[in-house]
Amino acid sequence: MQVDIHAPYKDRVNQALSDPNLRVAVSKATDRMTNARLASMGAVEGQLLRTQVRKMKEHVLSNWPDYLEQLETNLTRNGCTVHWAGGIADAQAIVKDIALQNSANLVVKAKSMATEEIHLNHALEQAGLRVVETDLGEYIIQLADEPPSHIVAPVIHKRLEEIAEVFQEKLDMPPTREPTKMTSLARARLREEFFAAGMGVSGCNFAIAETGTICIVTNEGNGRMVSSMPRVYVAVMGIEKLVPTVEDAFLQLQALCRSATGQQLTVYCSMTSGPRQQGDVDGPEQVHVVLLDNGRSRMLARGYGEALLCIRCGACLNACPVYQEIGGHAYGGTYNGPIGAVISPALAPEIAQFKELPHATSLCGACREACPVKIDLPRLLLDLRSDLVQEGASPKTEAWGIKSYASLMNSRRMYENLGKMASIGSNLYAGMSGGNIKFMPPPLNGWTAYRDFAPFAPKSFREWWRQRSKMRGQK
Amino acid sequence: MHKASFQQRPKRVALFVTCMVDMLYPGVGIAACELLEKNDIEVVFPEEQTCCGQPAFNAGYLNEARKLARRFLAVFAPLVESGEVDAVVAPSGSCATMTSHFFEVIFNESRETDLAHQAERLASVTFELTEFLVDVLGIVDTGAQLQGKAAYHPCCHLYRELGVDRQPRTLLDGVEGLEVVDLPHADDCCGFGGLFAIKNSGISAAMGRAKASNAEQSGADAIVLCDVSCMTHINGILSREGIACHAHHIAEILNNHLGSTLRPPSQPAPAQADHPRRWGD
Repeated sequence: MQVDIHAPYKDRVNQALSDPNLRVAVSKATDRMTNARLASMGAVEGQLLRTQVRKMKEHVLSNWPDYLEQLETNLTRNGCTVHWAGGIADAQAIVKDIALQNSANLVVKAKSMATEEIHLNHALEQAGLRVVETDLGEYIIQLADEPPSHIVAPVIHKRLEEIAEVFQEKLDMPPTREPTKMTSLARARLREEFFAAGMGVSGCNFAIAETGTICIVTNEGNGRMVSSMPRVYVAVMGIEKLVPTVEDAFLQLQALCRSATGQQLTVYCSMTSGPRQQGDVDGPEQVHVVLLDNGRSRMLARGYGEALLCIRCGACLNACPVYQEIGGHAYGGTYNGPIGAVISPALAPEIAQFKELPHATSLCGACREACPVKIDLPRLLLDLRSDLVQEGASPKTEAWGIKSYASLMNSRRMYENLGKMASIGSNLYAGMSGGNIKFMPPPLNGWTAYRDFAPFAPKSFREWWRQRSKMRGQK
Repeated sequence: MHKASFQQRPKRVALFVTCMVDMLYPGVGIAACELLEKNDIEVVFPEEQTCCGQPAFNAGYLNEARKLARRFLAVFAPLVESGEVDAVVAPSGSCATMTSHFFEVIFNESRETDLAHQAERLASVTFELTEFLVDVLGIVDTGAQLQGKAAYHPCCHLYRELGVDRQPRTLLDGVEGLEVVDLPHADDCCGFGGLFAIKNSGISAAMGRAKASNAEQSGADAIVLCDVSCMTHINGILSREGIACHAHHIAEILNNHLGSTLRPPSQPAPAQADHPRRWGD
């Protein structure tokens, strides 16, 4: 069953869990990417690389306004037009106006999470433009009318058979399951779109402040086409995606490629430092850079600045056992997995809009271990849980339960009495059901729906201790 | 986390038995206590101890967590500060993480600097059981004997927050007769996660079933681990799924609580292990 990203959280999770193919597809792919990352980071001094990238990104954030100004100055000097977008509506309007002013009826896009975040395709289509995704994975899900379910592998949730069905239905592909035939077909179709497009749109993996350069990394070369073939090129970048120097850019590039796909370097790294100059044989006539805030400064102000260090490699998704079970769509936002569980609520106007996500984790810490910038994701998730409690966004019964538990546990007498009662009660009950407890009333039925529960011990450790101490004649 | 280095071998420790061991698995507490005593460590059990507050902390209720953290510090810190005990030992990586890692965090958050410092000092002498046996006492062989196959599951807090992994594995390798086999995807979380197991029970159980299926694949008679919370989850799943493998706390194995042979997988699961075995010695 397909996950309906607009359904309530519980429904999305149930839809995801009831699809056995989803788990197979996702866990196979994430395992492969995790193994590739481990091998690739292991081939260099991975820990040192992580430390260096984190330090660099921390430095950027502590001098954020300065570097943004430097970037703007240098982009402008290079002939780019810089636009500042506070939120989704601003960003949509900016890109739409550029397209309309240039009569670009067809827009080709490189894979970009920032444009997903602002629902750009939808906005452009509403304005009567045609938008074509040119990353193979994005192309597939655009044909299937689905959002991406992974930061770097958007179609991770689909198996080859399902992709073949989409191609047969939407592209009139003759029945085949050969990946080379399928990609050749997509390549031929996309080639026509590149030639016809009036505007190219991409995200930005990082921008270099000292040179005013926009960098995008791809493996298919589509990013190079998007940024160089159409007359107009627009890059939409989150305002945290900048690095001070060229050296820093290559440092981040290393960490990004090795952590995302396990490659030493992606096949393409396209760098644009402004429009076509006199004498250039190719390149766009106009380059626009949209600097997108959309909650990022709010996230810093709220105390979640550490999440702004993220370089969007997807390693935390691949490492996450929860993501492996439910895939990306169950998270219900643009970003998913551990980083999505943090930034979906932290970027949103109200944290409570995504109140389930900080709880959609066992806090196992595999994400932090995988993160190339060592973001303490479990800690940020705990902070979000605490913020939700302080905002009164947690269920009343839960609040009552935790407060009662804390009061009981704050008294030795009550603690011991509770233990006795639980022991007698659970043993009587377990006796009736033959050893293990198979059913408990709400809210504990959440446990017994899937697992048995062993009864409390007839005699506690402290009773053993007292008895032994007495026999030994000790206090 | 900075750990104290001992000039002399510690003589006396306070046992932080944890509420789950106290009420649900006293056998684990007894095994931990006897393991320490066998190695000439005198054990003190402060009877005022209850729960460290981890469930409240994990759910985001910091005020309630601080209430229990204050209580914990009031019970344990004076014992260490007066020199009555040299260290605090817990048969749980998760509860040791709460007291020795997150207490400091929650008191810093509330700007209770004195308590944060007290928590930090206590943390430097707080050890998970296997960490204490191996790193502090230098033990590699507890003299345990057990026939059978076991696979080790590294519990997340122990492995990733405390960085304890080599120690329990070393001790297991020292058990005579025990064949230690690899658990596929060993460091994947079992899905327990405290309140997560109730709030997101479907996801939690799916993770638990993945762990159970890996346990089955490993061919082990038993999964060995250092936290009874994860043990409860894994056993709950194994029992519900009818898989003939059982999770055991490492202390029970190291202290010879399981008899001479691990139950072969073909035999049905025994009723809840008997405890305590004896009432005095």
